[in-house]
Amino acid sequence: MTAAIAGVLFVTFLGGPIAAQQPPAEPQEEFLPIDQLPPAEQLPAAPLLVTAYAFAWVVVFFYVWTVWRRLGRVEAEMRVLEKRQMHRGDGPSGVNRTGVR
Amino acid sequence: MKNLFIPLVVVTAAMFAYAPVAIANAPYESTMLLIQKIFYFHVPAWMAMYAGIVVCGVASAVHLFKNRPAADRLAVSAAELIVLFGAIGLVTGPLWGRKAWGVWWQWDARLTMALLLELVFIAYLLVRQYGGPGSDKLAAAVGLFGMAVSPFVYVSVNIWRTIHPLNTVVPSLRPGMRGAFWFCAVAFVLLFSILLQLRMSLAKEQALLDDLYLADDEGAA
Repeated sequence: MTAAIAGVLFVTFLGGPIAAQQPPAEPQEEFLPIDQLPPAEQLPAAPLLVTAYAFAWVVVFFYVWTVWRRLGRVEAEMRVLEKRQMHRGDGPSGVNRTGVR
Repeated sequence: MKNLFIPLVVVTAAMFAYAPVAIANAPYESTMLLIQKIFYFHVPAWMAMYAGIVVCGVASAVHLFKNRPAADRLAVSAAELIVLFGAIGLVTGPLWGRKAWGVWWQWDARLTMALLLELVFIAYLLVRQYGGPGSDKLAAAVGLFGMAVSPFVYVSVNIWRTIHPLNTVVPSLRPGMRGAFWFCAVAFVLLFSILLQLRMSLAKEQALLDDLYLADDEGAA
């Protein structure tokens, strides 16, 4: 048991520095096209591409939906105000739908 | 302009329906292959953002110096679209970078400045939303500032050494790629103009509602 603990401590505290002193792997000296990389280093492009295009569309449609929702809310508020003015007998408020400054 | 809205929507929808075909038919870039095709949405999104920056900046200046509410409505509408198209550029870029560079993000000059530009216009919208009375003028100053700094973002790749591709990529595109790219660029600018008109109609209705509330208060008094 003591030997096992000593082994773990040895690996933990001395393993790192020993590994760090190993000579680095042979540096790559020439350009390697990505389609010639080993499979472990290849990252599939299709999911990234699909995500990019999908994100663009989701964001645009979400924005159109928010504008449409805000427009609906403003129009509903406008109807309530117009009704209130009619009930009060004010008549038209003098503000027309084209009379925005 | 109202008469043009529906034809513009139809043309833009047709262009975006055809865009995947144009992009698929464009030749592969020799080193990046499939992932390079993000470029056909990434760069046009930035172009639409820059169109928005010019509209917002000029309209902000008009509102700031001539006090025109219509210019203010145009500026705030454009600012929302700047944030929208900027978000598309900021998300599609790292998706390309993950494959091309091996990292999602690098704090290099171009990427950092593009993020800061997006944050400037988010600040514009926050000022408008929570700034209270007078925030329209303050926001107009922010919009003008955003327009003034935007050219630095564009030329940053030429001034500093960054890992981002240079601005010369677009003029040096091969003929097959060039057609698809400009097709997408026009589609994005048209999309920008449609969304701007849509957002402007909301801004107009909101201004009308404010006038109605004022009239209502005067009637009640």
